[in-house]
Amino acid sequence: MTSNFIPQKSRHWGTIGANIATGLICLLWVIPIVWAIVVSFRPPQDSLGHNDVWFSDRLTLESYQTAIDLAPFFPTIEDGKISDSYYANTIQYVVLTLAVQLMTMPLAAFAFAHYEFFGKRVLFYLVLTQLMIPTVILLVPNFRTIRVLGLYDTTLAIAMPYFGSAFGTFLLRQAFLEVPRDMVDSGLMDGCRWYHLLRYVYLPPSRATLVAFGLVSVSFHWNSLLWPLVVTSDKSRPLTMGLLRFTQLTDIGARWSLVTAATIIIIFPLMLIFLIFQKQFIRSFMHSGLK
Amino acid sequence: MTQKSFNPLPYLLILPTLIFILLFTVYPTFQVLRESQVYFHPNRPERQRDTDLNLPGIESETRSIRGPYNVGFAYFRAMFNPSTTEGEIFYQVMGNTLRYTIVTVPVSILLAFLFALLVNRTVQGIGLARVALFYPTMLPMVSAATIWLFFFTPEYGLWNAALRFFGYRGAENWVINRDLALYGLMIVAIWKNAGYFMIFYLAGLQGLPDDIFEAADLDGATWLTKIMKITLPLLRRTTLFITVIAIIGAFQNIDHALILTNELVTGEADLLLYEIYQQRFVLQNYGFANALTVVMITLLLLFTIVNFLLSERSDDQ
Repeated sequence: MTSNFIPQKSRHWGTIGANIATGLICLLWVIPIVWAIVVSFRPPQDSLGHNDVWFSDRLTLESYQTAIDLAPFFPTIEDGKISDSYYANTIQYVVLTLAVQLMTMPLAAFAFAHYEFFGKRVLFYLVLTQLMIPTVILLVPNFRTIRVLGLYDTTLAIAMPYFGSAFGTFLLRQAFLEVPRDMVDSGLMDGCRWYHLLRYVYLPPSRATLVAFGLVSVSFHWNSLLWPLVVTSDKSRPLTMGLLRFTQLTDIGARWSLVTAATIIIIFPLMLIFLIFQKQFIRSFMHSGLK
Repeated sequence: MTQKSFNPLPYLLILPTLIFILLFTVYPTFQVLRESQVYFHPNRPERQRDTDLNLPGIESETRSIRGPYNVGFAYFRAMFNPSTTEGEIFYQVMGNTLRYTIVTVPVSILLAFLFALLVNRTVQGIGLARVALFYPTMLPMVSAATIWLFFFTPEYGLWNAALRFFGYRGAENWVINRDLALYGLMIVAIWKNAGYFMIFYLAGLQGLPDDIFEAADLDGATWLTKIMKITLPLLRRTTLFITVIAIIGAFQNIDHALILTNELVTGEADLLLYEIYQQRFVLQNYGFANALTVVMITLLLLFTIVNFLLSERSDDQ
């Protein structure tokens, strides 16, 4: 990118002012994460003190080691069996949620975009109620449902309420409606069955929407806490709950390096992927706001 | 699309989605309406009998203190009566939720707009600036909270150090302090969300036609006039949309409260959803949690109606 330098004095000073403002604000916004990363490399017993909240005299991975020893972030092999771990649990329910959503969503979106049928509007609004009342609000009655279904403390319990997605169905329906009518008609002329239409006519031009939804879904579920907190007790705990428990277990005041190390452990993969595919992520999140 | 005979296919295609939405959105909404009329408090200590009987509709000394039994709308009558235990909590929580929303929503939207103006330029490194402002969106609310927990630490926390630098001499522990804890929650939420809302403004700004600004330049319009008279009015729909997601977000994401106000036992900073969680899963007060959920659903429905009417009106214009 080149700067569009305009040799006009006031414009020039304006640009400089805007650059400084941008720089300062960005600095303010990154201080928390930079601080967390720096402190996570302090030795765990080295507590922060007055005027000593950044670097320690040495950098070390000890805090990470201690954090991993204290809580089951990663799977270990005990007696030939792989133990439950926060990472495995999070990955399981994030993948499970997205996998099911990617099956339910296109079918429903296709029905709403392609067919005319009795009760279509009512059914559509019924699906959209999920946009009005976010699922997490209903944690009290949904907890009971999970209990009744006998799913308490399972990955399925965390994932299941999100198997049907109003947001995804709506987004994908919008994308399907943009598919040119001619393409659909020629597909029909060629004798396409409905699944051929969906697979070869509707889905290919909607790839961007699917990717956008996927990224938003993965980051939403990777980061969520309240619902998993309610429906898991032990073996199915995800990363976010690991962090919550971690802050409660340790005497935080003295052990910031451990807490920051645990924080970095749980955000690392998503942050890394975000930094690599930042443009795609920002575009996807923008896309997710389409009305 | 001829309708010669009944075609069950579209219904079958919708069925998987619909089953889950019926099971986890529609059914619980009605279930909670019914359950909010049932008093059930399985671990209520005997010694709290007095406060228990404050709940209008539960008078009889002979009744079990733990329930369950039907109390009709007693919870709702109690909630709107500030002299009952439930009413006191309800007024506190609604006040907090209102204050939290009224501060976080406009402030993060204003910042988002400012950020979008700043990063919607072609200067070297502007991509990096966008990442720097957007990355908190990708963080879990819990980890944002754990990081900020340190910032709010008295004496050496960076937030306090910065405030002291600017002459602040007030209370320092923003997490334990009853008056400041709610502001602590607001700060974390604003920091986390401003960059998210920014991208919608950024998309909006990039869609604005250049010629209007060129015409304004010819008229000698100042920078501020252009923003107030052209940019903001043209982005009205974007602002409305961001306001909607910001308000719903403020209601539903309270994960930071689990870290930041966990030690505040008296509930000075409790938000509505956090209170629902506390009542049901910590205090085991089932009926009250259900009644609070009904309030939450009602608020969201009212909000949807208002929002629908507003967007209809802006479509007309």
